[in-house]
Amino acid sequence: MLTIASLKKGQRGIIKEFSVDVVPLKLLEMGCLPGNEVTLVQIAPFRDPLYLNINGSHLAIRLEMASKIEIDLI
Amino acid sequence: MAKQINVALIGNPNTGKTSVFNRLTGMNQKVGNYPGITVEKKEGTCKFGRNCKVHILDLPGTYSLNASSLDENVVIELLLNKNDKDFPDVAVVVADVENLKRNLLLFTQIKDLGIPTILAINMSDRMKRKAITLDVPLLEKKLNTKIALISSRKNLGFDYLKELIENYNQLPTKPCLNASNIAPEYFDRLQKAFPNQDLYKLWLVITQDVNFGKLDRNELQGVASFKTESTSNLKRLQQKETIARYKFINETLKETLHVDTAKAKDLRSRLDRVLTHKVWGYVIFFGILLLIFQAIFDWSAYPMDFIDSSFASLSEWAKNTLPPGDFSSLIAEGIIPGLGGIVIFIPQIAFLFLFISILEETGYMSRVVFLMDKLMRRFGLSGKSVVPLVAGTACAIPAIMATRNIENWKERLITILVTPFTTCSARLPVYLIIISLVIPDTRVLGIFSLQGLTLMFMYILGFGAAILSAYILDKILKVRSKSFFVVEMPNYKVPLAKNVIITVIEKTKAFVFGAGKIILAISIILWVLASYGPGDFNDAEEIVKSEYASQNLSDDDLEMHINSFKLEHSYIGHVGQFIEPAVRPLGYDWKIGIALVSSFAAREVFVGTLATIYSVGSDDEQTIKSRMAAEVNPVLGGPLFNFASGISLLLFYAFAMQCMSTLAIVKKETNSWKWPMWQLVVMTVIAYVVSLAAYQFLR
Repeated sequence: MLTIASLKKGQRGIIKEFSVDVVPLKLLEMGCLPGNEVTLVQIAPFRDPLYLNINGSHLAIRLEMASKIEIDLI
Repeated sequence: MAKQINVALIGNPNTGKTSVFNRLTGMNQKVGNYPGITVEKKEGTCKFGRNCKVHILDLPGTYSLNASSLDENVVIELLLNKNDKDFPDVAVVVADVENLKRNLLLFTQIKDLGIPTILAINMSDRMKRKAITLDVPLLEKKLNTKIALISSRKNLGFDYLKELIENYNQLPTKPCLNASNIAPEYFDRLQKAFPNQDLYKLWLVITQDVNFGKLDRNELQGVASFKTESTSNLKRLQQKETIARYKFINETLKETLHVDTAKAKDLRSRLDRVLTHKVWGYVIFFGILLLIFQAIFDWSAYPMDFIDSSFASLSEWAKNTLPPGDFSSLIAEGIIPGLGGIVIFIPQIAFLFLFISILEETGYMSRVVFLMDKLMRRFGLSGKSVVPLVAGTACAIPAIMATRNIENWKERLITILVTPFTTCSARLPVYLIIISLVIPDTRVLGIFSLQGLTLMFMYILGFGAAILSAYILDKILKVRSKSFFVVEMPNYKVPLAKNVIITVIEKTKAFVFGAGKIILAISIILWVLASYGPGDFNDAEEIVKSEYASQNLSDDDLEMHINSFKLEHSYIGHVGQFIEPAVRPLGYDWKIGIALVSSFAAREVFVGTLATIYSVGSDDEQTIKSRMAAEVNPVLGGPLFNFASGISLLLFYAFAMQCMSTLAIVKKETNSWKWPMWQLVVMTVIAYVVSLAAYQFLR
């Protein structure tokens, strides 16, 4: 299963459908939605958290959350 | 007849909303609290032409109308309540041109409430550099609104924005999209039950109730209980609503917004490469902290010395000018030194907030969160705990309030519990005066002052104690909570001087009038306790005279003996002597004992207390510091403030929980007396044991 956590620095993906129980509403509001493009911008020291560009929004989430959001590579 | 327009400024965090507010209101603003809660309320006024007065409310930053914090709740409560005196005639949604997509989510929600809404697109001066082009007329048509392209940095577009505000009644109030499409059947039922209400408003009340569970407006009463769907279904609908809104926004922007990414000059990635680097990132962060401490210690020393000596001579002047009596000695020995004890903090607090607000304004603070998260998590904290811990160097109270954006309850609780260990500004005067008494004023490696380094060590000690206790708490606390963390990484910006200055002034004012009141009150109480006493106190003159009758003392010496006899036999002297056995093993005398007891109300009282105690009865205009340096240890001889007792005092203040206001805020934030009591007991025990060990070892 490919998730945001499996991206390498600079790689891009498209977010797949997910269920409401996995991703908090706050994250959706910040642009983390099915169909949107996600780029891994930067990885923090110790490989966590991840600095992402989702749909033009720059935000950081933890590896744990990132590994629950499925993507297709592009 | 002048008309007044109520304007609400609404927007995502990091859109420069506050700069827009500062531009519009200038210094005509005041900061208070919303009644009953600790959310900051900023409002201001400005005049458009002669007949038009505008009242502007700067609402807390929020990403959407689905509130998940108290701050965001304030926004919704206001927008749902037509009867509120601040209910806006017109809403100005501030958006950042580089984050338009995300910022429009909130805009569409506000628009759907039927409030006249202006879209103010900020930072438009960056469009050229970022190769952004925007079809404003088309966007206005699609969003059913008027748009002002503004730049608070370059002061562009504000005349047009003001014009739009003035003519707000010409704005279209048609919603952008129909939220009921996400579940037509459910919304039909809702509308049938409340035929006179706006559907979207009803929907917000219901979901609001899901998130917060309190909303009681006359006209909307009963709506919240109209729940024909389960909570998880409602959440699913909220999710659907968000997706529908983004779909609308994406389609709208596809036609109106173009970004030529090839031409965009990207400062962000270049800076990020250095500032979040696994080595340089930490080196830079540490360097910035070092600079801050150097500033607080070195640079603020000059204004502080000036304030200290000015108040000493003011007190002297008052004593000589006013007619002698209880009243003038209350002023000269109680109130003036007490006021001096407040004013002397101003330079340091101002410096600290200068740096903190610059770090926030530039966007660097988010990088610190990103850099520190994994590290902090090892100790049961979150990257977001860095902000409270750093803010705790100013004052634990706003710092504990700042923990609200930590999503995980266990991480948040631990942050609340350990924040009081960080060196707050109230400890600073205690540290400063003791360090300057017991640490030699020399330089290390030719540049760093040894006193400055000692101060930095005290800060590190505070952080160390916080981190270590967090680690222990993480192991022993059994709190279950869902882990979730998201932090926005804003663009880098050059801080606006105006914003920084206003923050510094606001925070300093808050300190002077908030903490200042307590300090002044305690100074007066102490003066009373030190100026009156039972039994022997009232016969001081005769007793001393007869005791020293054989020695033929000069009048001055006799006066001094009488005064010290009086202090010893005053009410406060009795208290001090009562607790002396407990503090003697730590190297303190009964006067320091009094200062310790009184500073359980607030630490900053320590210096004020000593100032009051030492100025009661002394009649030259020495500064507090020189009086303390002259104190002699009654048992061992030699200066009372020597290396061992000085270090012991420093350590006591580093660890002890001596702040009633912090206890009160912890009670409020954790909703129980259990946690503040726990803090009080544990921290005080640690302080006592550590100081005892240090004194006995160094003596």
